Amino acid sequence: MSAPAATIGGVISLRRIPLWTLALASLVLVMTALAFVFYVAPNDANQGFSQRIFYFHVSIAMTAYACFIGGAWKALRHLWKRDPRADLESYVCVHQGIIFGAMVLLTGSIWAKISWGHWWVWSEDELVLFLVLYLFYCAYFMLRFSLDAGPQRANLSAVYALFGVILIPVSFAAIRLAKEFLHPRVFTLHGPNFGGWILVTYLVAQAAMLVLAYTLYRIELAGKRLDVRLRELREVVA
Amino acid sequence: MSYVRDVGALARKDLLLELRARDTLPAMLLFVAAVFVVFHFALPGTPSRLETTGFLWVAILFTALLGLGRAFVPEREQRTMDGLVLAPCDRSAIWLAKSLATLAFLAAAEVVALPLYALFFHHVGGAIVLAVVLADVGICVVGTFLGAMAVATRARDLLLPLLFLPLAIPIVVGAVGASVAHAPGKYLAFLGLYDALFAVVCWGTFEFVVSE
Repeated sequence: MSAPAATIGGVISLRRIPLWTLALASLVLVMTALAFVFYVAPNDANQGFSQRIFYFHVSIAMTAYACFIGGAWKALRHLWKRDPRADLESYVCVHQGIIFGAMVLLTGSIWAKISWGHWWVWSEDELVLFLVLYLFYCAYFMLRFSLDAGPQRANLSAVYALFGVILIPVSFAAIRLAKEFLHPRVFTLHGPNFGGWILVTYLVAQAAMLVLAYTLYRIELAGKRLDVRLRELREVVA
Repeated sequence: MSYVRDVGALARKDLLLELRARDTLPAMLLFVAAVFVVFHFALPGTPSRLETTGFLWVAILFTALLGLGRAFVPEREQRTMDGLVLAPCDRSAIWLAKSLATLAFLAAAEVVALPLYALFFHHVGGAIVLAVVLADVGICVVGTFLGAMAVATRARDLLLPLLFLPLAIPIVVGAVGASVAHAPGKYLAFLGLYDALFAVVCWGTFEFVVSE
């Protein structure tokens, strides 16, 4: 089996996992991640206890990226293969991305308050990038809700979602560039050695967030599909 | 070759329309002059060259938004979009021609705006002019594309700035960097890269914006 075929096979089998199994798995994983973050991971030498928020902050950020990339992938499938399910799936992916994106801004803000005494710092690339992406994807919803359901809404949403994944690396480069004339002082954070229990804790937290996101995605998708079905039935009856 | 001819004909139509109706360009000129006056009163004390350079880019961006918002209005009011889509030419030609026409308006507005900025605030160097040229291309390429999207929605003009500004942030970074840095090469290259990247994406996906 070729690599793409194997990936598609993986996605299909992922779809077959029943929702209750996913919900249970995300509950167990989130609990385990919390236990690891608070009881197993060592205290950071420089930043002490508060550094532990990083396990969630980083894993939530990666999950949000995964959601945005997933949304763009489904958008591509809609435009390219005309997959009838892809439009709704793309929308739900982006929606989950925006929920996790909000949590990135929240956890980053808490960490900035503890570290620097301000709720917002412009010197943190990841946070600024998420603010830009957040604005971008909020506009995605404005666009989508300003169009009637139909092929045009699906097309425009898909094209805009594709723009998003291009904007991620471009904005990242731009924010790096902007630092040179906005903040001449360069912050170099020499992190701790990324190994041992720190790595294990991070991986558990990352797995928990990914499974949680996928579970929420499946729940929302099921709800949205039910809505569509109900509307169709109402139209038939009326 | 016929592609170039199509684009030329479509762009000529927009320029001719503007020459006869004079809707957009005078508005852009007045707007940018008014914005400069507002800036003078909004900046307390004697603003430094760095500060006014930043404001110059804000003025350019918003003036461009004014022009971009008008780009597809004639097509909507006269209901010519369906005709354009049905015309036997590649759909991306519609976007390219509209981008070129908007670029011409923006450039014309800046031919007045930059000397005015030099008169009111600080002199304009070669790096700024180069940055203006490169940023204009990016603004018009992406802005026209999003303008075509916005015009299809219920919210219309309201939506364009919301769609456009997050995508314009990298342009602002490159443009301001090129205007204030001692070595602007890196920033100009970034702007060029942005233009090329988004031009290719817009060119490839415009088909989906206008057809179902």
